[in-house]
Amino acid sequence: MMNLFKIAIRNLIRYKRRTLLTASLITIGVVFVLVFVSITGSFKAMMIGQITDSMLGHLQIHRKGYVASIDNLPLNLNMKPKAYAKISTVLGATPEVEAYSPRLKFGGMFSNFTETTNIRLNGVYPDREFQTVPLLTSRIPEGKKTLSRGEILIPTLLAKGLKVKLGDTVVIVATNADGSVNGKQFIVSGILESATGPGGRDGYMHIEDAAEVLRMPEPEVSEVAIRLKNFGLLPKAVKQLEGKLADAVNKEGKPMFEVHAWEQLSPFFNIARMIDVMTFFIKIMLIAIVLISIMNVMIMAVYERIREIGTIAAIGTLPGRIRSMFIIEGLCLGVVGAIIGDLIGIAVVVVINLVGIHFDFGQQKGLLLKAALQPSDLLIISVIVILVAVVASLQPAFKASKMEPIEALRHV
Amino acid sequence: MALIKAQNITKDYQTEDVVVHALQDVDFEIEPASFVSFVGPSGSGKTTILNLIGCLDKPSAGSLQVADTDVGSLGRKESAAFRGKHLGFIFQDFNLIPVLTVYENIEYPLIMVQSIAPQERKERISRMLAAVGMTDQAHKYPHQISGGQKQRVAVARALVTNPSLVLADEPTANLDSQTAYAVIGLMKKMRDDFGTTFIFSTHDTKIVGEAEVIFRLEDGKLTAKEMKGGAKS
Repeated sequence: MMNLFKIAIRNLIRYKRRTLLTASLITIGVVFVLVFVSITGSFKAMMIGQITDSMLGHLQIHRKGYVASIDNLPLNLNMKPKAYAKISTVLGATPEVEAYSPRLKFGGMFSNFTETTNIRLNGVYPDREFQTVPLLTSRIPEGKKTLSRGEILIPTLLAKGLKVKLGDTVVIVATNADGSVNGKQFIVSGILESATGPGGRDGYMHIEDAAEVLRMPEPEVSEVAIRLKNFGLLPKAVKQLEGKLADAVNKEGKPMFEVHAWEQLSPFFNIARMIDVMTFFIKIMLIAIVLISIMNVMIMAVYERIREIGTIAAIGTLPGRIRSMFIIEGLCLGVVGAIIGDLIGIAVVVVINLVGIHFDFGQQKGLLLKAALQPSDLLIISVIVILVAVVASLQPAFKASKMEPIEALRHV
Repeated sequence: MALIKAQNITKDYQTEDVVVHALQDVDFEIEPASFVSFVGPSGSGKTTILNLIGCLDKPSAGSLQVADTDVGSLGRKESAAFRGKHLGFIFQDFNLIPVLTVYENIEYPLIMVQSIAPQERKERISRMLAAVGMTDQAHKYPHQISGGQKQRVAVARALVTNPSLVLADEPTANLDSQTAYAVIGLMKKMRDDFGTTFIFSTHDTKIVGEAEVIFRLEDGKLTAKEMKGGAKS
């Protein structure tokens, strides 16, 4: 086997310029794919992190039917304290769960005493909310990074529009479940930067204040946001929680709760999928580059070495060995291209991070792109390139091994 | 017992419109350790006979036994295995592998064809290099040595597998006369030293004289067999 590699490598060195051009083509393809994968992957990971860690949580539990009507924030689909207690018990007994936060969501009117507009609000237990969505505090550039009874965090666009500042008193008016209307004064304790996606322009207040505005004797819960210890275990955690909550059924005998991963709650998931599709097509392009360039170079190698093939066949080299010689030649080209491409790709990613690329996404400005390459990306792309190199060599290799030595020796 | 026994061998080539009779009813026998030449003008069938004996081609009719094997009935893979085991080849254009050194060219059939153990391989190559006088050039590549030296390497490569038969198609055609005689002399010495049968084709009348058995061919027919010393049949 070592001799096959020796012959293959020497044959590649024999046609230096052609080998260099082909290896360069493969290298450029690998670098391009790695840089694309690192940038888009990092962008995706960053945006998913922003969405899940500053608003949604990794997954949420709602009463069945709530998500379908979530635009209306229906109070009649809130979970009663007893139902929430059941969820709380289940979450407490699930080791994968790092934190969870019950939210009472409602829509109301926001007034600064001269102007009024509508607002969507989350009543939360601040400590639990900040544990579940830890980036929420980073969205508060002005004001306290805490939330006490009688205080409210309002979105920046609303604050600008109604010229409300920190420490101002505002009024929240909301329609209760029984149809009556109630209002309560709050002090603006913080201005929240908007975030992309649902809930990105919501305000926050203490859940007991929310229950008071809505005249609930005890706070009901619209949703429970959950943060996992390991985000990678999300699909498993969703299944696990669905299983544990399956025995809670309503009067119709149907499941009482619904478990949704962030993908089902945010439209960014479609962008993430689009990124995956684009990455897939970029990989297809890489495969095409490797396939065509290696096949081309190997076909030329076979045509140029017909007499050599005839000679080694005449002296008794079995067809399988001849085949192996050319396949190994293609393999070596693929390996060299992949390794150099990996090294240059890593270097480019390092340079990108040193230079620092900033970008805006929706209302979020000046996000710093942290391009990162996972070892799995390097491995997968390298394996693809090497496999395709071998596949591309098969046809020329079979052609060489099937040559009649007598005809090959006559070739001029 | 004859090493090669050919009975009524015919070889036809079909071109688009015409059938070319390259060999017609050729009969001959070759004994082990002979030094044999097939002689004739261009197109007489010399190369065709060598190709048939070398399992590179199959007769259209007739029977051809080489080393007790009916080579006409061998499949593609069996032919390759037979060549690797029993035959050695020397080509007009030397056909050394350009990316391998002299040493590696001789080593090639031992690794890629016969899978000989490293120690034995080394011993055989050293013996062959010494026998063809190329020990000092062992590390050189084919493009760094002369035509005569290349043919010496080709002789060594053909013999290193200990074949019972070496086939050489016009082995001196690309060499000057002095080198040609040297190569033929080397082949004869190898026959003497190793007992290998050598069959070569040539149209060079001077070189022909070096053979001990001469088969004359004309238009695909065997016209004469001459033994060294003038005997004819």
